[in-house]
Amino acid sequence: MNIHEYQAKEILRAHGVPVPPGEVATTAQEAQRIAAGFGGAVVVKAQVHAGGRGKAGGVKLARDAAEAKERAGAILGMKIKGLTVQKVLITPAEEIASEAYVGVIVDRASKSPVFMVSRQGGIDIEEVAASNPDAIQKLAVDARYGLLPFQAYWLATQLYDGIAQQRACARILRQLHEAFVASGASLAEINPLITTPAGELKAIDAKINIDDNELDRRPEIEALRDTSAEPESETIAREAGLTFIQLEGNIGAVVNGAGLAMATMDLIKFYGGEPANFLDIGGSSNPEKVVNALRIITGDPRVKVICFNIFGGITRCDDVANGIVEATKRIAIRVPLVIRLTGTNEEKALEILNAAGYSATTSMDEVVQRAVELANPSAGA
Amino acid sequence: MAIFIDESTRLLVQGITGRDGSFHTRQMMDYGTNVVGGVTPGKGGQRFEGPSGKGCPIFDTVRQGVQATGANASIIYVPPAFAADAIMEAAEAGIPFIVAITEGVPVLDMTRVYPYVVEHGARLLGPNCPGLLAPGRSKVGIMPGNIALQGNVGVVSRSGTLTYEVVYQLTRADIGQSTCVGIGGDPIVGTNFIDCLAAFQADPDTRAIVMIGEIGGTDEQKAAEFIKANVSKPVVGFIAGQTAPPGRRMGHAGAIISGSAGTAAEKIQAFQDNGIQVMKRPSDVVPLIREVI
Repeated sequence: MNIHEYQAKEILRAHGVPVPPGEVATTAQEAQRIAAGFGGAVVVKAQVHAGGRGKAGGVKLARDAAEAKERAGAILGMKIKGLTVQKVLITPAEEIASEAYVGVIVDRASKSPVFMVSRQGGIDIEEVAASNPDAIQKLAVDARYGLLPFQAYWLATQLYDGIAQQRACARILRQLHEAFVASGASLAEINPLITTPAGELKAIDAKINIDDNELDRRPEIEALRDTSAEPESETIAREAGLTFIQLEGNIGAVVNGAGLAMATMDLIKFYGGEPANFLDIGGSSNPEKVVNALRIITGDPRVKVICFNIFGGITRCDDVANGIVEATKRIAIRVPLVIRLTGTNEEKALEILNAAGYSATTSMDEVVQRAVELANPSAGA
Repeated sequence: MAIFIDESTRLLVQGITGRDGSFHTRQMMDYGTNVVGGVTPGKGGQRFEGPSGKGCPIFDTVRQGVQATGANASIIYVPPAFAADAIMEAAEAGIPFIVAITEGVPVLDMTRVYPYVVEHGARLLGPNCPGLLAPGRSKVGIMPGNIALQGNVGVVSRSGTLTYEVVYQLTRADIGQSTCVGIGGDPIVGTNFIDCLAAFQADPDTRAIVMIGEIGGTDEQKAAEFIKANVSKPVVGFIAGQTAPPGRRMGHAGAIISGSAGTAAEKIQAFQDNGIQVMKRPSDVVPLIREVI
């Protein structure tokens, strides 16, 4: 799950990280009032779940409250990578002497949290990794002990030369690690961690990504979810226990299992079609999931055909067949369905579908080819 | 022979009385797997009734189960919140091979579990994996047994149902499998491609290997280099997610493309550079395997 910058900053603040004050506005007037309260220059920052906000024009400096109102008015409602900006963070402008990057991620290769620090802050760490990998120092942490004081201090020495700043940085790194663990994050970063002309360290921007598997045991983190910041179809899908991602094509796909779902999208492309979505109904056997899947897909007017690719294991094919039949009773489906069912209770599923006037194949290639033909009749595939 | 499991596998089921645990224990017993016991706290002393007169004792703890039955493998079906503890309990009880089926285990839990398992000398398969199947010999997991056929192709995959698809294609073409292993799709798993490739290379019953990867991470690239240096048996590969948009979660937590590392194109290139035949679609597995065996 993604959370906003202002939410990440609140978590860091709660763990003691020096984060300058900030308030969220949803209107230009509100932005003006907040800026007036801070006095002086402020930064107006789009709160949206997309990277590259600055490049997209979503982060602007304002010299005073009147300008903050103007800037906020321009940023609110703008689209960044397809997502509409509904909130802006107003924060006092800081004087910057230097910028550093500090972050911690769960690393697949070392199977542990890995800290990354760099003196090149303020730009994407991916860019630094590509252009100047030696400028990044890394340290894997044994998760059973956490970030030990000497490790934090070593990392700090890679960023700062004076003992005062090294100590301040080491403290921030340990606080960052505490926040990372306490929020169930897969990534937590401060970028930039600035040094002011007076030598103080401050976290000016922050990002925390939450591991979705943590949400059941962390209701306080789940409560940070901003459903208005994600496409509505994805919200509905999540609440229905489905994994759904909207794409650009016209072939709706309903598949069980993430790997098979990706392979189905790939096969649609292979035969010259374009998938309209990624949709994994997961491993459980519940006809209601199929009904919900069809409801979401039929809500997309671009969809010309819906392709089922089900390989029954834990998922029982007859449950899927029942879901299809049930859905056709409850929702108006005005596009053709093409169905592939193989595995657990396949024969029973075929009986159910045949009785309802549907046919099914056992071949993945066949069902995808048929879907592509139906979606692009002019192509004459 | 097969890899990791065979007829001598004595299996303990952690979470045997749960919905998934009891269902799949019956399926495994039906397949012929030697399930010697189950563990559910509070139900020690009871008996688990399986199909056709089969059954096994239930214990409160793994340690008691191991002492009473000499179990040498364990499979875990407990809910995600308890999975990390269950894996460590098995490792501490001296179980050398632990399969974690549970989906949804927090990755930070796994960062603590993995070093613990390694220090106890155990091998962990999963979590969030379908387990493994040695056709005609033993099944430890949830793969449907009827789609597999005993033979000489080793299959290793990060996916569940996509593995079934490939195994099904092979079986329909009368090409049997030595062992089918699902390593799981999570960012941190106990057994990776390289572990399985090394085991298949050493397994006299395996003549060719099918490796099914997906977007995210660099395991497939490392495996490709490993194959070039260490695997003399022919390998056929597939990567799912060629059309996935960057940076979006595709069901598996592991399938996130981060930066340039982990795209399908990059992985396919790594396969080609290291002499691995690449399947364009799942059904290509049949002609490609026919070519090499």
